[in-house]
Amino acid sequence: MTSYRTPLGRAKNTGSAKHGVSHFIAQRVSAIALAPLGLWALYSSLGLSRAGFDGAQAWLHAPVNAVLSILLAVAAAIHMRIGMMEVVEDYIHKPSTKAVLLILNLFVCVLACVAAVFCILKIALIGAAV
Amino acid sequence: MSDAKAQARGPQDRPMSPHLQVWRWHVTMLTSILHRGTGMALYVGLLVVAGWVVALAAGADAFNAYRALLASPLGLLVLFGLTVAFLYHLANGVRHLVWDSGKGFEPKTADMTGWAAIVFGVVAAVLIWIIAFLGMGAGQ
Repeated sequence: MTSYRTPLGRAKNTGSAKHGVSHFIAQRVSAIALAPLGLWALYSSLGLSRAGFDGAQAWLHAPVNAVLSILLAVAAAIHMRIGMMEVVEDYIHKPSTKAVLLILNLFVCVLACVAAVFCILKIALIGAAV
Repeated sequence: MSDAKAQARGPQDRPMSPHLQVWRWHVTMLTSILHRGTGMALYVGLLVVAGWVVALAAGADAFNAYRALLASPLGLLVLFGLTVAFLYHLANGVRHLVWDSGKGFEPKTADMTGWAAIVFGVVAAVLIWIIAFLGMGAGQ
C-alpha cells in the first residue's frame, strides 16, 4: 500500500482529527429533512406572496405552519453552517482568515436561527406588534 | 511503487489534483460547481427569509417595507434566482444521496442525471413563477 503521508507528518503522527464523519452525516440528515420542508416553504410562499401583513400573521399563527417553520429554521441553519464551513476550509488557506470566517459563519447561522425561531414563536403565541 | 520510494516522498513529490483549467468541461463537473454556487446563494437566500420573519414580528410598517423591497424588480429577480437555485440544489442533492448509496456512478447515468437536475431547476422554477403570477391575477 502506497502511503502519501509526508515523513514529517508521519513523525508527528498528525492526520485526520476523526471528527469528519459527524459533519458528513449531519449534512445528509439535514438535507433529507430540508427536501420536504423546503418544498413546503416554496408552496407556502405562493400563497404568502399575495398575503399582506394580516394574512402573513394569520398564516404563521397556525400551529402546523409555526412548527414546520421552526423545523425549517433549525435544519437550514445546520445545513448552511456545514456547507459554508466546507467551502471556507477548501478555499481559504491563511489560518487567521480561515478561523475568523469559520467563527463568523457559526455566529451568523446561530443568530439567524435563534432570531427566526424567536420571531415565529412570538407571532404564533402572542401575535406581532401592530 | 516500492515502499522505499514511498518513504522518500516529500511534500513536493505528492500527487496533486490537476488545476480546474486543464479539464475539458463536462456536465458532471458543471453540476458539482453549480451545487456549491447555488448552496452559497441559498445561504444568503435563507438570511432573506429569516429577515422576512423578523420583519413580520416587528410590525406592519417593517413588514410592508420589507415586502416592497422583495416586490421591487431587483427583489423579484433575486427571488426568481433563489427559486432556480433551490430547485437545482434539491435535485442535485438527491443525486448526492443516491451516490451515497453507491449507485448512479456510471458515466452515462451521471451525465443524464446531471442534465436532468439542471433542466428541472430551470423549468420547475419558470412553471412555479407562471403559476404565482397567474394566481396573483386571479386573486385581484
